[in-house]
Amino acid sequence: MAIPVSYNVRSVAARWTTTVVSVLGIAGTVGVFLAMLAMARGFQATLIASGSPDNVIVLRAGADTEMTSAVNLEQVRVIADAPEVARGEDGRPLLSPEVVVIGAFPLATTGTDANVQIRGVSDTVLQVRPKVELVEGRFFRPGLAELVVGRNAVTTYQGFTLGSTVEIGGLDWRVVGVFSTGGTAFDSEVWCDATLLNQTFSRPEGIFQSVTARLTSRAELGALEDRLTADPRLTVDVTGEQAYYAKQSEMVSTLIRALGFLVALVMAVGAVFGALNTMYSAVAARAREIATLRALGFGGGSVVASFVLESVLIALVGGAIGCLAVLPLNGFTAGTMNWQTFSHLAFAFQVTPALMVWGLAFAGFMGLVGGLLPALRAARMPVAAALREL
Amino acid sequence: MRFLPFVLRNLKRKKTRTLLTIGSIAVSLFLFGLLVAIESGLNAGVDVAGADRLVIRNRISLIQPLPLAYQQQLLQIPHVEQATFSSWFGAVYQDQRNFFPQFVIDTDTYREVFPEYEIPDEQWQAFLADREGAVVGRATADRFGWQLGDRIPLQGTIFPGTWELNIRAIYEGREAEADETQLWFHDAYLEERRRWGKGLVGWYTVKVDDPEHAVEVAAAIDERFSNSAWETTTETERAFAAGFAKQIGNIRLIVLSIGAVVMFTLLLVTGSAMATAVRERVPELGVLKTIGFGDTTVLGLVLAESVLIAVVGGGIGVVLAKLFTLGGDPTGGMLPTFHLGGDAMAAGLALSLVVGLLAGAIPAATAMRLEIVDALRRV
Repeated sequence: MAIPVSYNVRSVAARWTTTVVSVLGIAGTVGVFLAMLAMARGFQATLIASGSPDNVIVLRAGADTEMTSAVNLEQVRVIADAPEVARGEDGRPLLSPEVVVIGAFPLATTGTDANVQIRGVSDTVLQVRPKVELVEGRFFRPGLAELVVGRNAVTTYQGFTLGSTVEIGGLDWRVVGVFSTGGTAFDSEVWCDATLLNQTFSRPEGIFQSVTARLTSRAELGALEDRLTADPRLTVDVTGEQAYYAKQSEMVSTLIRALGFLVALVMAVGAVFGALNTMYSAVAARAREIATLRALGFGGGSVVASFVLESVLIALVGGAIGCLAVLPLNGFTAGTMNWQTFSHLAFAFQVTPALMVWGLAFAGFMGLVGGLLPALRAARMPVAAALREL
Repeated sequence: MRFLPFVLRNLKRKKTRTLLTIGSIAVSLFLFGLLVAIESGLNAGVDVAGADRLVIRNRISLIQPLPLAYQQQLLQIPHVEQATFSSWFGAVYQDQRNFFPQFVIDTDTYREVFPEYEIPDEQWQAFLADREGAVVGRATADRFGWQLGDRIPLQGTIFPGTWELNIRAIYEGREAEADETQLWFHDAYLEERRRWGKGLVGWYTVKVDDPEHAVEVAAAIDERFSNSAWETTTETERAFAAGFAKQIGNIRLIVLSIGAVVMFTLLLVTGSAMATAVRERVPELGVLKTIGFGDTTVLGLVLAESVLIAVVGGGIGVVLAKLFTLGGDPTGGMLPTFHLGGDAMAAGLALSLVVGLLAGAIPAATAMRLEIVDALRRV
């Protein structure tokens, strides 16, 4: 026969101080665990959202990022001719050959330089990346030294507010617009005219770093890849844009996860110690009650179940507090260096319901481990001896 | 010391609680050690930066190269003793996950500017003699099980193709904080094989004769190359490394502040356990006072117990953390160093001592103020 849960609840209420400590320990552990996962997730999501399933990115074979790639104008024309590349209303192929340069600009927070991606794009870019939305001002005019700046770049770096002038490569550029892509990696970038950017950096004309093309249908990815890699005029790798950006997030998110799991694991051990301490002292303090329960006819199994349940409930309360404490972090924007692109990237924490379920499960598990041994001790207590102490 | 057996006996009475409390403290201090190691890993480079070294990069960003011809011009600037250059190679060994930094170096000058790397002389000579030779740090060599003489293929990302290098030397840092993950090879080899960017290098490092001249030399260098096609930004190596560490930015702050909060929570657990222990023993403390032990002795006894638990737990935690860091970087090569220094260990022990005192203070004070009559009433 099961011991009513109200017995546990009232017992906890009667000795709430030690319980609070155990609850706090578990809340802290779950909170940190979730915060780290939310950070890794946010970083990854920011990059994955940058890619569209309808787009492919073409890089020189063997290059793992745009930074190390080069594609020349003739190759761009070959890619543009592929039937899998979508056409705009005016019949022009929807692809954007792009140039990426990294410029050092001071961070708004510390004043120290951070690497900012400056992306030279072509005028078709708005059709290739329909997600791009102008928040303020207008888009740059081809051939003019004008910049449009990602929403996060405006706040993260100094000197990119609308209307200001920025010196890049000896040329003064005017910020004419602010764009948003809904929190993707592009929001940390600065965009301008590709040809002009190439000239400014006195790079050979007609050399781009990547070509982003829109597919006629997302099912055509394989066909385009086969066509381009088989073409003897090209030595390129064709990757779905989403897969490309997912890969860019690998290193940093792995690092955050590895550190997060490590720290959470260590803390979990500490929190379980705390829970054990609380439950052992609970069992010791309630020796007579337990003996009375046994004398009334509750079996050993019921006592074990009751104490484990109590421990798990305490842990779940801790877990819930931990989840709630982390909730305000949702959407919090942090910035870090993405080693893979060697540039600074702003991203938002993502606390999802699935993560919170994981957090609660983690808390429940800690409660289970912390409650089992004390519960067994409670069940094994000799009834007669304990009652004699009454 | 006379009371040590008494204190120990008290601790043995509730073995589970004592062990669990020691365990909690050990875990907190283990975590402390871990966070210190992570923090110094993320901050790597700043601590070992030479005060007499300046880093010169292209003003636009580190990615943009500088001409090889600058080396001679740098040497003409007053107070510059030596100038060396390096470039980022950024190739992949087998899989992208196997990241480690690779640099192309100017073999003639590199060691003069960076004397802190220890390389057996015959190995260095073997490296110089082999155009396809490479020097690799101890950590990376151990990670992939490379031995001297091994030929390793790297897949170029910036410079296409497969680059095969012979491991000719293994370097070790003179200090424990040194980055032992790098691989260096001959600039001449890259220059010979690369199809573009000939005559360009990544950045320069110069050694000045006296750190006091660093600022003045930095200004002179930037002045020298201003209005050229390749303008420069010169910073001390420390500022350069710190700038890098700052780009990692908030992540570090977040990791550390979270860790601090949690450590505080775990310490709370300890304090509560101490308080319970004293509360349970109120009658006994009354008996002690009755048979003539003074208030201060009772205070000392309780404090000693708490401090003993804390220091034993803290010691275990710090030692475990040290052992853990010796086991290597848990992120698989993404932290350039993973190391717990002696001073951090001492700080950890001091921290646990403070925790022991704090956690024991209130219970001990309660015990001291206890009136015999009240205490004995509870028997």
